[in-house]
Amino acid sequence: MALIIENVTKRFGEVTAVDELTLSVDEGTMYGFLGANGAGKTTTFRMILGLLNADEGRITWNNKPIGYETSPEIGYLPEERGLYPKMKVEEQLIFLGRLRGMKKNDAKMSLKKWLERMEISHYANKKVEELSKGNQQKIQVIASLMHNPRLLILDEPFSGLDPVNVEMLKEAILEFRNDGATIVFSSHRMDHVEELCEQLSIIDHGKQIVSGTLRDVKRSFGKQNIRIHSDFDLSRLGNIAGVNSVVKSIEGAVYQVESESIADKLLNAALEMGPIRHFSIEEPSLQDIFIEKVGKKHA
Amino acid sequence: MREFMIIFKQAFVTKAKTKSFIVITAIMMASVFLFANLPTIIDSVKNVTKSDSENVLYVIDESSVIVDQLVTKFASNESEIIIKESKDSEEILTEQVKEGEINSFLMVAFDDENSIQATYKSMDLMEFNLPMMVEDVLQLIQTEMKADNLSLSGEELQTLFAPINFNQDSVSASAKSEEELNQARGLVYVLMFLIYFAVILYSTMIATEVATEKSSRVMEILISSVSPVKHMFAKVLGIGSLGLFQMLLFGVAGFIAIQTTSSDMAEGASSFLGFSDMKVTTIIYAVVFFLLGYFLYATLAALLGSLVSRTEDVQQAIMPIMILVIVAFMIAVTGLSNPDMAYVKYTSFIPFFAPLVMFLRVGMLDLPLWEPLLSIGIMLLTIFILGWFGARVYRGGVLMYGPSKSLKDIKKAIQLGKE
Repeated sequence: MALIIENVTKRFGEVTAVDELTLSVDEGTMYGFLGANGAGKTTTFRMILGLLNADEGRITWNNKPIGYETSPEIGYLPEERGLYPKMKVEEQLIFLGRLRGMKKNDAKMSLKKWLERMEISHYANKKVEELSKGNQQKIQVIASLMHNPRLLILDEPFSGLDPVNVEMLKEAILEFRNDGATIVFSSHRMDHVEELCEQLSIIDHGKQIVSGTLRDVKRSFGKQNIRIHSDFDLSRLGNIAGVNSVVKSIEGAVYQVESESIADKLLNAALEMGPIRHFSIEEPSLQDIFIEKVGKKHA
Repeated sequence: MREFMIIFKQAFVTKAKTKSFIVITAIMMASVFLFANLPTIIDSVKNVTKSDSENVLYVIDESSVIVDQLVTKFASNESEIIIKESKDSEEILTEQVKEGEINSFLMVAFDDENSIQATYKSMDLMEFNLPMMVEDVLQLIQTEMKADNLSLSGEELQTLFAPINFNQDSVSASAKSEEELNQARGLVYVLMFLIYFAVILYSTMIATEVATEKSSRVMEILISSVSPVKHMFAKVLGIGSLGLFQMLLFGVAGFIAIQTTSSDMAEGASSFLGFSDMKVTTIIYAVVFFLLGYFLYATLAALLGSLVSRTEDVQQAIMPIMILVIVAFMIAVTGLSNPDMAYVKYTSFIPFFAPLVMFLRVGMLDLPLWEPLLSIGIMLLTIFILGWFGARVYRGGVLMYGPSKSLKDIKKAIQLGKE
């Protein structure tokens, strides 16, 4: 019982937008979708929603293809704002809720609850175009969550929100996950994905270049970061074989190394130069992995 | 069906609630009333502003025969004009006109051939009513005086001026009599105009709606819960019902206005328009052709609207529609005086011209039943094809963003719709 995407390929003329994509998301888990702009994220989401058909492969949810019959169970947050600018918030949410199969009264109750939760109840009778970008995003979020969907497709849900609201939204999404919903979301913000997702994929030009659980992805990356804090100049240590790069920080420097064995060499070399205040081996961040994997190809 | 109704309602209600819609409808209804009561209003305004001096016409009469006649004629006419003979000279009266003390004056005299010579003097030459009346009366006086000289009796005089009886008749079987034609023409013209306006107004509305939904990206959410085809037809029907509703309001307003107004002009207008003996079939045909015309153009508008992604591009996208409607209207208007012309006949079977042109023919001529039915059939078929084709374009079109290059985009959209 899950969302399963098997060997899905999508071509637009000569361009292959999505190439042999395979992934599965279990109930009660969150799947992160990372990719540079134009990597094929939106196309994948549109295929999941059934707006586009895959050229090859299969997408199923609970062993059924996704179509308009399953629409009440699906929540979709598009990347760009998708609301009527001239329509009032309340009317709009009722309309969108009803389209997802809600009864009018249920929609009213649900939107009231959500508006309160997002602390924007006083905007209920305002036109959407009068709201700030962040508040519009909140309305959009409510539109995708209010009918209590079991499959959530969130395209850049955090864009345009301030840190307080990001936390608010994270909490809401986590609630859905704990309730057993299946969630797929894309983001440019690696820290959000790192924090929320059990599994993830990095796609580049339609190809899945990294995929798996967060731990596996980090472990298979191999490279690690070594942080040293010291009062003397550490840049010379960058010349040791196996050190890929040095980034100076205020208190010292961070070295990206090929493998853990280099760490000993670095530590010894540093101690030879003088006393150090801090030494740590850190896991690579998703950001590092993304830049390494995607950035290299572009270079 | 449930989603269809939700979109349908949304298209209807939200539009009907907009300020612009309410204001425009109210203004149109008000102007219908205003137009129907215009003569009454003008009269009452005149009564308020008119002063006594305007009712008096001073006459300088050298013969002093004519002025007496004028006095009796105007008196018997129950006219509000009072004729007063003036013994002042022309110069003094001219001065008085200039200073606004009197409105105008008349100088009459006989010339060598005993004909009346008259000059009417006032500040502006744009005054028509009184001079014309005076001229008519003077003409009458002269005729009577000359007839008297020739010793002709009143009856003899009347036979002299009896109008001839001239009739125009057509031998064509389908033609209506000239009188019938004139009566039908007014009504057909008004209804044609309504159809023309409605098609332009509501097609633009649909294309704009679709483009707005695309540009605000709400479309993406809509079509993830409703199929694009359903969405398109719900939209077309929703706006179409709104249009019918608005037309109905205008119709009711017009009916009430004509019923309640007492002015002669409204009566005149209604008989000119052929409302007095309005044929039920003409009204039924008007409704049928209105609906067909609307759906024909609305489907096309939705199709074209789905191709653009910014509301600014809508006008350009629906250009073909505008051109088609205008051409259809031109054909119909030129055909109004000559509904038998060959080009009118042929174009009444061409789908995009048919709503106006076939309605014109059906309203003006006695056509065999198969002709309008064939035309209706052709239009239904075209609507069906357009709907089918439009749905395919729409499905892909609504997902396409970026600058639009019209025809190429249709192909692209169909391609995308299939995928």
